[in-house]
Amino acid sequence: MARKPPSFSDVKANVQDNVIWKSIFRPGSIYRKGYRDTSRDRALAAMNNVLYHLHPVKVKRHGLKLTYTYCLGGLSFFLFILLTITGIFLMFFYTPAAGAGTEIAYANMRDISASVTFGNLVRNLHRWGAHAMVFTVFLHMARVFYHGAYKPPREFNWVVGVILLLLTLLLSFTGYLLPWDQLALWAVTVGTNMMGYTPVFGDQVQFVLLGGVTIGPSTLLRWYVLHVLFIPFITVIFLAVHFWRIRKDGGISGPL
Amino acid sequence: MSEEVQIDQEVYDRLIAGGTSERIARAKAKAASVRKAKIAEGQTLGPRPAEQASQALEQFRSSQGSGGGGVATKTAADDAGTSGGRLTPEERSARVAASLGGGNGDASIGVPTSGQHTHRLLALVPPAGIQQVQSKQMDKVYTWPHLLLVEFVALLAVGSLLLVASFFLDAPLGSLANPNEVPAINKAPWYFMGLQELLRYFHPMVAGVTLPGVAVVLLMAIPYLDKNPSARPENRKVANLAFTFFMTFWGILVIIGSFLRGAGYEWVWPWTQGLGFTL
Repeated sequence: MARKPPSFSDVKANVQDNVIWKSIFRPGSIYRKGYRDTSRDRALAAMNNVLYHLHPVKVKRHGLKLTYTYCLGGLSFFLFILLTITGIFLMFFYTPAAGAGTEIAYANMRDISASVTFGNLVRNLHRWGAHAMVFTVFLHMARVFYHGAYKPPREFNWVVGVILLLLTLLLSFTGYLLPWDQLALWAVTVGTNMMGYTPVFGDQVQFVLLGGVTIGPSTLLRWYVLHVLFIPFITVIFLAVHFWRIRKDGGISGPL
Repeated sequence: MSEEVQIDQEVYDRLIAGGTSERIARAKAKAASVRKAKIAEGQTLGPRPAEQASQALEQFRSSQGSGGGGVATKTAADDAGTSGGRLTPEERSARVAASLGGGNGDASIGVPTSGQHTHRLLALVPPAGIQQVQSKQMDKVYTWPHLLLVEFVALLAVGSLLLVASFFLDAPLGSLANPNEVPAINKAPWYFMGLQELLRYFHPMVAGVTLPGVAVVLLMAIPYLDKNPSARPENRKVANLAFTFFMTFWGILVIIGSFLRGAGYEWVWPWTQGLGFTL
């Protein structure tokens, strides 16, 4: 007896209507069977999803206007996520080792560009994404200033934002050395020389950052750890505070 | 509704003649006939005057404990008149009992007397206890789907832009790092070119530490320095002008450093020696 093959909607209904699926997606999820376009389910979609619940259930209508926020804060965060993902990919193929005769870091860079599948594309994404993030973070700051969005009760979140700007610059700058080419080496020389002029403890700061008196293999290792672990860790903490304060300070700022 | 209420025909006719709709005229005429009947019974109608209400409270207070009977009227004005504007817990519970018809069996608000099973009243809130919140109602929309859709489109747009850029533009990779070979053009990343340009004019400690340090502290201090409560551009011309000035100044430094400096960090025009600038 020939059976008619089940239709797509039947399969979908069956997949969504079981204990396992329902345990994964919380009530109100658009992926759950029985999602209806009601106020209740719209509220639950934001409340019950780990990715969406950074948002409140409802937002001020002007917050939707593209010309109010220009999505700059959200895009900065998106670029941060993108850089994390592409960065992790690059970590599979990169060794922060350099030294006379064993230029592994530089050789790895050549391999990523030449032989790794999608290696060149991901490296390009990582590099241009980093520049784009510096740019969007900067524009986000300007947007917030011109809207006076740092006014009470949001003063401290501005301070957190400035710290995040500095962390973004540091993240970008520490990544600059990793290719271990002439551009990286001499750009970082300019930067670290400047830090060495800090009064009182300038020499010590420079020594700690370089892992010696000049840029060398230990500098590369230190900046690698700073770039992939230390500064991202600090950044995530400040990002959490930044987002949490937006909610606690009454959502995004009002219209002018 | 057990009995049909009579319609006051006179009122009804008058309202119909005045152009009132049939439904409303009927309702008003019914109300008029009920009013008439109550006046005929000798009841007084309309809201009770304030002094009568406070009289009722006084009467209740003097007879508290035995159950005042039907004294449920309580106003903020009464509260203000008594000690601290509050009732003692005993007074309150007695008043609740009285308003529920406890004591003389008169259920003033239609709640069964004790002995019969019923839901409890959670609380009686005096008007003075209600906090008046005066804030403008915000026009709000659901995050899903409205905001999330906007965010998703923005994310896709920037993501695809980056992907296209990454497909066509290769990230720079120079020759192997060599500490013994100083390149002719020696530049920091573009976002630090402002600092490098400052180095040209000031002692390294001033350009590399003092000025950026002061700038960062000032940037963080902006919300505490700007005491102007208004966010409207027309009310904060000084702030906007100052911020724009410093940002433009910084931008010019970055542009000079990035595009107009060549070998030995000397001033060159980009069309003579090319761009001495790598991203």
